[in-house]
Amino acid sequence: MSPAVLEDNALYRNIYSMIDWMLPDFLDGITGYVAAFAIVLVVANIVLVITPLFIWFERRLLGRFQQRLGPNRWGPFGLLQPIADAIKLIIKEDIVPRGADRAVFNAAPVVLFMPVMLMIAVIPFGTQFYLVDLNVAVLYIIAVGTLETIGIFMAGWASGNRYALMGAVRSVAMLVSYEVPLVIALAAVLVWSGSMSLVDIVEKQPVPLLLLQPLGFFVFLTATIAEMNRAPFDLIEAESEIVAGYHTEYSGMKFGVFQLAEFASVVVGAGFITAIFLKGAAGWSFLPSPMWFSLKWLVVIFCIIWIRATLPRVRVDQVMGFAWKFLLPLSVINLVAIAVEMVIWPAPGTTELWIMGGINFAIAGVAVSVLATALGHKNFSPRKPQFPIRKVAGKEGV
Amino acid sequence: MSVSSNSVTVNIGPQHPSTHGVFRLKVEFDGEEVLDLEPVFGYLHRGTEKLAEERNYAQVVTLTDRLDYTASMTNNQAYVLSCEKLGQIEVPERGLYLRVIAAELQRIAAHLMATGFLLQDMGAMGTPLMYCFRERERILELFEMLCGARITNSYMRIGGVFYDAPESFWPALRQFLNEMPGYIEEYEALMTGNEILLGRTKGVSSLSVDDIVNASISGPMLRAAGLAWDVRKSDPYDIYSTLDFEIPVGIQGDVYDRYWVRLQEMRQSLSIVDQCFGRIPKGPVRTEVPLIFRPPVGDAYVPIEAPKGELGFYIVSDGGISPYRCKIRAPSFINLTLLKEMLIGKKMADLVVILGSIDINMGEVDR
Repeated sequence: MSPAVLEDNALYRNIYSMIDWMLPDFLDGITGYVAAFAIVLVVANIVLVITPLFIWFERRLLGRFQQRLGPNRWGPFGLLQPIADAIKLIIKEDIVPRGADRAVFNAAPVVLFMPVMLMIAVIPFGTQFYLVDLNVAVLYIIAVGTLETIGIFMAGWASGNRYALMGAVRSVAMLVSYEVPLVIALAAVLVWSGSMSLVDIVEKQPVPLLLLQPLGFFVFLTATIAEMNRAPFDLIEAESEIVAGYHTEYSGMKFGVFQLAEFASVVVGAGFITAIFLKGAAGWSFLPSPMWFSLKWLVVIFCIIWIRATLPRVRVDQVMGFAWKFLLPLSVINLVAIAVEMVIWPAPGTTELWIMGGINFAIAGVAVSVLATALGHKNFSPRKPQFPIRKVAGKEGV
Repeated sequence: MSVSSNSVTVNIGPQHPSTHGVFRLKVEFDGEEVLDLEPVFGYLHRGTEKLAEERNYAQVVTLTDRLDYTASMTNNQAYVLSCEKLGQIEVPERGLYLRVIAAELQRIAAHLMATGFLLQDMGAMGTPLMYCFRERERILELFEMLCGARITNSYMRIGGVFYDAPESFWPALRQFLNEMPGYIEEYEALMTGNEILLGRTKGVSSLSVDDIVNASISGPMLRAAGLAWDVRKSDPYDIYSTLDFEIPVGIQGDVYDRYWVRLQEMRQSLSIVDQCFGRIPKGPVRTEVPLIFRPPVGDAYVPIEAPKGELGFYIVSDGGISPYRCKIRAPSFINLTLLKEMLIGKKMADLVVILGSIDINMGEVDR
């Protein structure tokens, strides 16, 4: 392992020195390889451990939102519930329907899960704490993230089920639409930071970018929720319409892998939001930097679950309209505003940052309210009850 | 290269999360759009009308519970009213009041369930449903105090109600009446102004009053279209003619209006129960009617306003111990008449929402 990597990356440095200490001296030659393997193992497993925890958190929180308890039987506060669920899924029969395309059917869960795992690589979990500092990280996220669509479409197509097919078709149409505002919102971030590396993006934020690009944050959050197939954009697996969407026919651990991939994509997506818009792992020094990352991440996760618990689902044409008529103009406005501001103040000081934040919040408020009034239900006011019959009347009252 | 596309036929139901039981729709889709559909009934057919001919008059009450099992009290009420008309039986006033209290509480419970499941069909992740069920639970507890049962009550008898309410019922009812308006406000705050809800419901499946009347649809669907027709006003039964309440009506007859009318009706029902609470007289709750009740030869039909629409039992007596014929006018079934008109050309997602707004109950549709 090159010394430069060891110097920059605390995660590598710690694991490397631990492996070096554990291995006998004559194996020093392979320490680097063992360390690399261990690092990948650790980071991959962090996600596999955090995802069940997130599932537990979501179920408990949804329970609270819905005036019930949520899982509370297995382990303290029901913490072992996801493990119990996983065991149940593993021992269930794995059914492949007769009309299914067997090879594609079996491959789909893996294809869906792989991009999620790949995306973890570029998240900076803390200061000097990441798997790889890719200089095209943002491009990488978008490229790899889009691969999820292929997994979903494979599952829907290969199932030989019409509900699944409908879910798959919806997913392709929707995810492709939401890539556009997502990318334009990210472009504004790139204009600001001048780098595609997530580590650089985190370092180049004088304050959390949320305060400077509120519109970009809004668009990015919304589009990410849509990309993650979460409510209110969960029409890929809208259980009241198309039963379970693309994974209707899946059972056993294949279904489990789908669930894992879905929840892991929320974990990863919230990680990106934390890194890009909330200044990643930065914080005061009384807590280690991964703790700050986790705290911010938890707040983002909480908001996503909150949205899920509150809003009804959007119809399929409304989803498209929302992406193209609402989010796309907003993201373009945001990009133009940031670009102009970067030309005026190439190296903003504290005063300029205040002005910039103020202008951007004003733009965000005006743009959102103008577009919302133009597209939404105009002049909606809670209707006063109308009662044509005032007095108690007999048959003549009608 | 030429692209050809075929329509896809999808069987929605009988096992489907949003068909409210075992309703089956054979739908032909062009992508997301409904081209044609064919409803298939009968998966929950239990032959209630025929069974009623085999039971004596008192026993049929238990069959009516299982028609619309979300509104057993009003089913009981419709049946006993027809029997009482057939046998010319006077009911003591306290019995009438208790019936109205039970029926209006049941209306609130049924509307809560309808609203909750409408939002659930819209994909609201269970939160509104759980909120609605929280209060429905309170009503079911009140029913448990009245008759020991929560769903299949069989509370009403020919000639009155089975038991007088226990002492503990009245404070519990008072507390419920005090708290419920706040809960309805809470639903409104959570749901009514929501942009997504408006987008999903406004202008969806608007029906004109003429169409609805021609299809003899009744209940909240009719009132949502703007016609203030309510059996409690037009043909008052029990003590409704002495009570002061109003009929909320919608404007367009779309899904939003149906939802809105149900919310307003809950408020009116609360006010009715409140009036009954203040006025209920002391006295017996039931006229003694022999268990083997033999009404004179003849027939009777008393329509009532059930939560889902006009409900009535047409009972023909041949002077024997069981009805010669018992025809049920089930509002859920008749409200499905315009299903095709409402659904063709709509999206898949609208389909479940419209079905939810009709508020069908398969126990009543298939009987």
